[in-house]
Amino acid sequence: MRKTFAQTLIDLADRDPRVLLLTGDLGFMVLEPFIERHPDRFFNAGVAEQNMLGMAAGLAQAGFIPFCYSIVTFAALRPYEFIRNGAILQHLPVRVVSVGGGFEYGDAGPTHHGVEDIAIMRAQPGMMTVAPADAAQARTALRATWDMPTPIYYRLGKDDSYALPGLDGAFAVGRANQLRKGRDLLFVTAGAIAREVVAAADALAERGIQVSVLVVPTFNPDPADDLAAALASVPLAISVEAHYINGGVGSLTAEIIAERAIPTRLIRCGVRENHDGLSGSQAYYQRKHGIAAEPLVETAVNALQTAS
Amino acid sequence: MDHTNVTPYAIRRIVLEQSKRAHVGHIGSSLSIADLIAALYGGALRISSPNDPDRDRFILSKGHAALALYAAIYLRGWIDAETLATFHRDGSALGVHPEPTLIGVDFATGSLGMGLSMAVGAALAARLQQSSRRTFVLLSDAELNEGSTWEAVMYAAQHRLSRLIALIDLNGQQALGYTCDVIRIDNVHERFTAFGWDAREVDGHDLPAIQQQIDALDLDGGQPHVLIARTTFGKGVSYMENQIRWHYMPMSDSEYAQALMEIAALHGVTEHA
Repeated sequence: MRKTFAQTLIDLADRDPRVLLLTGDLGFMVLEPFIERHPDRFFNAGVAEQNMLGMAAGLAQAGFIPFCYSIVTFAALRPYEFIRNGAILQHLPVRVVSVGGGFEYGDAGPTHHGVEDIAIMRAQPGMMTVAPADAAQARTALRATWDMPTPIYYRLGKDDSYALPGLDGAFAVGRANQLRKGRDLLFVTAGAIAREVVAAADALAERGIQVSVLVVPTFNPDPADDLAAALASVPLAISVEAHYINGGVGSLTAEIIAERAIPTRLIRCGVRENHDGLSGSQAYYQRKHGIAAEPLVETAVNALQTAS
Repeated sequence: MDHTNVTPYAIRRIVLEQSKRAHVGHIGSSLSIADLIAALYGGALRISSPNDPDRDRFILSKGHAALALYAAIYLRGWIDAETLATFHRDGSALGVHPEPTLIGVDFATGSLGMGLSMAVGAALAARLQQSSRRTFVLLSDAELNEGSTWEAVMYAAQHRLSRLIALIDLNGQQALGYTCDVIRIDNVHERFTAFGWDAREVDGHDLPAIQQQIDALDLDGGQPHVLIARTTFGKGVSYMENQIRWHYMPMSDSEYAQALMEIAALHGVTEHA
């Protein structure tokens, strides 16, 4: 998604001189095409993310649209107060571009895992959050949102080649994408982990279980109506996120169920515990936290058996 | 002075009047910068209209001294007395810390250590837009505790932002103590020079000297500028000067009366109705 994003940003920068790219000294083998094309509109803030987001507020106040690029934790967590008091409270069109949501930087360890960013961005009513599920959706999402007046948080995955079957790059602000329709259970997910969800849905279909899959690519505004409609048509929903269990798409699903009194059981799959000090790959963490395809199938089968 | 009514006395007087009416503190911090604000809004800042895109930018990074800024905005005629008197009232655009909801305020401040970063962005924006406008930012000395301030210091020097002018209100105090007892920041001049800035020192209560220093800056020299203004916390009110408690305390009636008399005496004003 990140290379697709950078390429799309070049197209936008070609058209509009307000587009600027800032980085916290990251983006090797990703940002070079932008830097070559628009050297005067690229700024490496150095390893200084607070200043990067503070500067972005100063630039946006003068009419620019600065995109601030880094890995999730450094883009969202380190400068969080600068994002809040700079872009959000002052209603400035700053873009925070976070790469590596969830465990995409798995082997780099917990300092590089983005497992609470959606929660902290969702907590800010003035911050639109966009979490594309694949590269094509990242492209459409950027094209649909880049010049909106609100600040925007983009949570990007690293993979540029994978295309989620049935998504075809669809994106609309405040809408969810229904990939499959089945009456036994609904998977609700957000971001690149959707790949595991679709694999789980395929495996369940082979067992004769009819599964719906709903991808949530935007928060603030939330696709509340789409979620409610999808939830109302199944007895069981399973939320799946490469994120802590509180504050993300599982929490959103629970809020919709409660507020609209939808009689659907919810199981939230996500990260439930603090890091234990043991390292591994993305796949290792996904299995460990029950959000890889295989444990998701197991969770679904067990839940359906309990219900019947 | 282009705007002769924007005087240190007028600013101090409004600071006292409004903080007394609202029964709030941050009085000492506002009195400390009254002369700096008068130098800026009385002359140095080129702002034909607060809506002119090419106006000089000013960021009050030490946002808790907002009353001194509100006083200047009032004295420049951008808000009327009635609006000024909404300070600290429910639903007012004039809060304890400034927000751009109020005309004349470009940036929300109040969280220390953010102002210089936003100023660096504003200065960078001016360069990109090929505007000769300047960006002024006023910091407290306690903001030099913040790591983010030094991130911005380094970035500004690296990018030769010579139309960026920082002023430091070096009054030697912070909320809970004297800076020498909390985080010692001696040799501010040398620190900024070492980071590649053009650093100058000035008596922060000597209006002509402040104005001369600003006029003398080389805006195309390739270095950002810092004016290190030696100030007295609570300047003009004897019982507040250099007293930590006046960061937070509001005034009693008798303290208020004494304060008005003392600032009149400081500025040689014989009558104050």
